[in-house]
Amino acid sequence: MIPVPTPVRFYQVGSFAVGNRLLDPDQRTVQADTARTNSLDSGHRACQGCGEALGARYVLDAAMRAAEDKVIAVNATGCLEVFSTPYPESSWRLAWIHSLFGNAPAVATGVAAAMRAKGRDDVRVVAQGGDGGTVDIGFGTLSGMFERNDDVLYVCYDNEAYMNTGVQRSGATPPAARTATTEAVGPAPGNAFGQGKDLPRIAMAHEISYVATATVADLHDLEAKTIRAMAHRGARYLHVLVPCPLGWGAASKDTIRLARLAKETGIFPVFEAEHGEVVSVAKIRHKAPVVEYLQAQRRYAHLFKGDHSDVIDQLQALAEANIARYGLLEPTSAEAPEVVED
Amino acid sequence: MEHPFAITLEVGTSHANRTGTWRVERPVYVDRLPPCNDACPAGENIQRWLYHAESGDYEAAWRQLVEENPLPAIMGRICYHPCETACNRAQVDEAVGINAVERFLGDLAIEKGFGFDAQTRETGRRVLVVGAGPSGLAASYHLRRLGHRVDLVDSAAKPGGMMRYGIPAYRLPRAVLDAEIERIFALGVQWIPNHRVEDVVAEREAGGYDAAYLAVGAQLGRRIEIPAGDSARIVDALSLLRSVEEDRPVLLGRRVAVYGGGNTAMDAARTARRLGATETVIVYRRTDKEMPAEREELDQALTEGITTRWLSTVDSFEGDHLVIEKVVLEDGKVVPTGEFEQLPADALVLALGQDSDLSVVEGAEHIAVRHGVVEVGPSMMTGEVGIFAGGDAVPSARTATVAIGHAKRAARAIDAYLAGGTRLAPERHGLASLERLNTWYYDDAPRSRRPELAAARRVDTFAEVVGGLNEDTALFEARRCLSCGNCFECDNCFGVCPDNAVVKLTDRETQAAGGRRYAFNYDYCKGCGICVEECPCGAIDLVPEAN
Repeated sequence: MIPVPTPVRFYQVGSFAVGNRLLDPDQRTVQADTARTNSLDSGHRACQGCGEALGARYVLDAAMRAAEDKVIAVNATGCLEVFSTPYPESSWRLAWIHSLFGNAPAVATGVAAAMRAKGRDDVRVVAQGGDGGTVDIGFGTLSGMFERNDDVLYVCYDNEAYMNTGVQRSGATPPAARTATTEAVGPAPGNAFGQGKDLPRIAMAHEISYVATATVADLHDLEAKTIRAMAHRGARYLHVLVPCPLGWGAASKDTIRLARLAKETGIFPVFEAEHGEVVSVAKIRHKAPVVEYLQAQRRYAHLFKGDHSDVIDQLQALAEANIARYGLLEPTSAEAPEVVED
Repeated sequence: MEHPFAITLEVGTSHANRTGTWRVERPVYVDRLPPCNDACPAGENIQRWLYHAESGDYEAAWRQLVEENPLPAIMGRICYHPCETACNRAQVDEAVGINAVERFLGDLAIEKGFGFDAQTRETGRRVLVVGAGPSGLAASYHLRRLGHRVDLVDSAAKPGGMMRYGIPAYRLPRAVLDAEIERIFALGVQWIPNHRVEDVVAEREAGGYDAAYLAVGAQLGRRIEIPAGDSARIVDALSLLRSVEEDRPVLLGRRVAVYGGGNTAMDAARTARRLGATETVIVYRRTDKEMPAEREELDQALTEGITTRWLSTVDSFEGDHLVIEKVVLEDGKVVPTGEFEQLPADALVLALGQDSDLSVVEGAEHIAVRHGVVEVGPSMMTGEVGIFAGGDAVPSARTATVAIGHAKRAARAIDAYLAGGTRLAPERHGLASLERLNTWYYDDAPRSRRPELAAARRVDTFAEVVGGLNEDTALFEARRCLSCGNCFECDNCFGVCPDNAVVKLTDRETQAAGGRRYAFNYDYCKGCGICVEECPCGAIDLVPEAN
């Protein structure tokens, strides 16, 4: 069973903020520490409010902490690579290698094999890519990496489309969302229902030792999962939802708020699985209707012109299905522990 | 050449790329005015003293508190805490129990013997303070700490004013009152009891005082003519309360009616109950919705078995019963119905309001009195240059907290006046309203209740009814503070910036990170606004860049 960080309920900010002067340092996040690696450094060219830049720093800083700074990162092509390393600049402050769009898992397998050959089991390999490179283009090599159980943590930063090339649909684009290739026209505007891939569940089907989902909205959860993943050996998969202000048509300040809403609506279930079985889920704290999530994004704007309540109902039904499948709504605020009275 | 782990070439960097040039709006750290501070009539910096209490540094919290209010143990008992009414947390779950924490700090200070910081200068200027109630005591404290010499005079034998002669001991134990007054006197205030000032202008002149502060309170119980038989016992509430304090309680009998709907009426009724009255009834011409008394005072009275007669006026008192007339409210006005009823009673206590005895300024031609109170300007100065006034004797809500606030304002104005200038009040920050907060980050935390003396034990004792918090519950309660509008160092901005453009400042003395808040590195801040959105307490503004 995976230990969930104990919430410190009575503190001014519970355990939801990045740090807190009242908490013991070991209860604060890695990001609260001025000595964090800053794996992805200032000066990178990601858009304002980029969720992926944030997610990558969160994950890699935690991985660096877990592996005592001995991490090699393998990067698929995508925004994350393009905005961080325009020659001769590099924003990476860890060992980092980029090859092609579709072969990051294979390259990571090679790096892991090299380290094994050198007898360096202290060196850990993290491969990372966007949803396009992971769910579509790199899918074959990723599945192979899972099957061989190579000692790699693969992290997918999911912003739900090919953002770098101009917001084209990927296998992770949600239904009804407008992209450059799923325009908001015709009787069923936006991306079609019933398509796409649920990669966390596909990864679970490989029965690898650790699969988890997370968002950039809950840092404690994301770091705990990264550190947990680093404690396992073999193939592991971490799927992080990272809102994209550009592709989603959202305000740059709303990046974390949208990630939070994705979780609180049930649209994006946050859970952990070991050897193919779900072992813990992050409960919804303040349930929100999907409309609240959709309205803040222009990629869904067409749903609010004319009557598309049936489409919104379908999206709500998807959220409810997630809630039912993962048990996201079991005892929530009612379970608050008794507080000292008198 | 030494390279970082697994890196063979010179390390690349992107620092040359100053992404701050993309910015059209910039985040800036601000301090906003928390609603509690805004609502506090004594002008306490509540958010700030709670900040210290949250870390368990109670002495620092107390020292911050007494910067504005030298009577925390007293006010932690008798203040009607408008701060809690204003508290943003009231809209999240329940207001922070500010008053309870204030009392905890006050009691702790008495227990541990904390003393005030001594004044750092002596100006040699002398100020006469008339009246040793909350306002006069607080003014003496502030003036003394500013280095002025203070003579504090009062017509009574003991200091405290209404806190001693008006507020019953079950709400304010005298040991607490004495301890906090003693601490003020220890600053070197000259206490002159049993001295009634007849004419403040003449007294100031005769004593050679550079300035005077008038805080004579409102000590005269308002009376109305009620036709009464010879044997009818009618007493005003203030006389009743005073008689208990002087240990010669008025004899009331078994059945007592209290006429009025203010806090004094509640005090009188509860005091009568403790003096042995088995049937105590509050008669008021409106209802509990309109009454000026605080709800919690009424609730306490009801718990102690006191009954109420709303919409009733007293017509006459026949010796063993009152004749009361039923009234109705029409557009807020009391209209008689002509329906009369008898209400058995051995005594009638009048609690119909209080007036100030302003004979002290009768001879002063420049001091204006209107509607029974002294007129003052924004600096609390009367028409007579150098004579200031505050508390219940000037137009105000007439609470001890307001009186303490007047004292602070007047003391600072007197200080400026003695230096030959006028004091400019610092600009107030904009309000830290709930919309500015991101309440997601605050966990639900119901408030800790203060223990209350079981009702059965209250009726024959003047023991204190409401108990204090212990250290655990006080700490818990302090930590429920949302720190509205003021950074409390949660590291959120430092963590959520996608561009590492937030710098956590280092404490110069300890060289430890933290304790000094944060700064923006505008070379790289792209102005996305995530830090603004995710700041729990609303302490960051996003402002347009200049063109």
